[in-house]
Amino acid sequence: MSQQAGWRSLPKAGVAFRLSTDYKTGDWRALKPVIDYNKCTKCMLCWLFCPDMAIVWDGENVVVNYDYCKGCGICANECPVKAISMVPEF
Amino acid sequence: MTQAVVKPRAPLEKQVMMTVNGDEAVAYAVKQSLVDVVAAYPITPQTIIVEKFSEFVADGEVKTEFVPVESEHSAMSACVGAAAAGARAFTATSSQGLALMVEVLYIASALRLPIVMAVVNRALSAPINIHNDHSDAYLMRDSGWIQLFAENVQEAYDTTIQAFKIAEDERVLLPVAVNLDGFFLSHTLENIYMLPDEVVHEFLGGYRKVSKVRVDYFDEEVPLALNPARPLSFGNLDLYDYYFEHKVQQVEAMKSVPEVVREVNEEWFKLTGRRYGDGILDPFEVEDADVVLVGMGSGVGTMRSVVRRLRKEGLKVGLVKLRMFRPFPFKEVAEVLKNAKVVAVMEKGVSPGSYGPLFLEVNTALYDLKSRPALVNYVYGLGGRDLVPDLVEGMIRGLFKELEKGVFEPKLRYLGVRE
Repeated sequence: MSQQAGWRSLPKAGVAFRLSTDYKTGDWRALKPVIDYNKCTKCMLCWLFCPDMAIVWDGENVVVNYDYCKGCGICANECPVKAISMVPEF
Repeated sequence: MTQAVVKPRAPLEKQVMMTVNGDEAVAYAVKQSLVDVVAAYPITPQTIIVEKFSEFVADGEVKTEFVPVESEHSAMSACVGAAAAGARAFTATSSQGLALMVEVLYIASALRLPIVMAVVNRALSAPINIHNDHSDAYLMRDSGWIQLFAENVQEAYDTTIQAFKIAEDERVLLPVAVNLDGFFLSHTLENIYMLPDEVVHEFLGGYRKVSKVRVDYFDEEVPLALNPARPLSFGNLDLYDYYFEHKVQQVEAMKSVPEVVREVNEEWFKLTGRRYGDGILDPFEVEDADVVLVGMGSGVGTMRSVVRRLRKEGLKVGLVKLRMFRPFPFKEVAEVLKNAKVVAVMEKGVSPGSYGPLFLEVNTALYDLKSRPALVNYVYGLGGRDLVPDLVEGMIRGLFKELEKGVFEPKLRYLGVRE
């Protein structure tokens, strides 16, 4: 908190002064999706359904971007081969 | 209205005299103010503003984008969007329409959007009533808008043009509500002086100029406006880590307003030969007055005529016309009232369970004085009831009698109501 700007120096009108990607929302997560690559068929349904674009294609596999995944579990629910399990973070 | 000693740059012979009512005067002022977007919904007694302005649009007399919205909530929302995109935006409403807008009023001010709105003051329901009092204006008291009150049609015209300049000032960047009394001003014809278009354009410096902002992801300052080429995000979620700072920023911006209102008032005087006190308040015969009335809006005209008459009899009575209600000029009010023995706060609104909103402000203003005048609160004119001169005269004479006894009870009084 100590590095955050005070009211005298903040840009006016509450406009965003940093990119939204700077704001890591992954720490909101209570359950973490973990992909079992032995089961994954790379059908991309999880990528399609992820509401936060937190599932990405790395060129070989679908991977979860844990910086932004909020742990909603939609990917696990939609996975037709049950390759994604939701694991408690704590 | 004070006459010029130095010749104004646009003297009366260069101004155009027109016979218009208050709503038309506002519509003409907006027409001349190079407004980019007008989004409005008609409601009595504001309707003529929107009606007249839509005629200007239909006749091709203005280039303004006119948005005939389906509600006042949408009217203000459209103005917020337009102003965030850098447009000069205007709307107008009254009473229930303003009530419907309230949610968006707070957003307009917090996003620092210099929207101008004419509020043609009308009583709030129930009972349903289309006539004048200030209960709608008081409804938006805490919304973060600057609130100016006009006494007559000329002032409504002048103040509307000034409002754009005040709102858009770099030191301010806050929305302005120009209040004019429903029917008493909105539907009453008055001969007023209007400026030539080009003089208004010059006064406002042409179309709105957007201020600059610095954000982390651009190398240089960028205009504080929506633009896909250099995107900014307005109205973001702002939680406990930043909301407080942004609120304080907005509240602190109000501190610059009195200075800017004074400057604009003086600039207007040099341009037109007209000014309204110092722009904030206009005292009349207060120097040696024992009894001083404080009021806003058209009722002040009636009060002034009574004060003038009673002065001829030798009664030491004075009047303070308040032109700016938000931000409230505490220091100025204390200074002008400090020598009075009793102050009558003339109020066209109520706050059930408390005193009138104006009374509370004046009361607060006087608290820091070492010796304070007594203070009474007269509620008058609710629902458009006329404030006749005899009523004011009787009230003032009554106050002088009470002054002899030195007791002022009760504090909250009603003027012109049947018991």
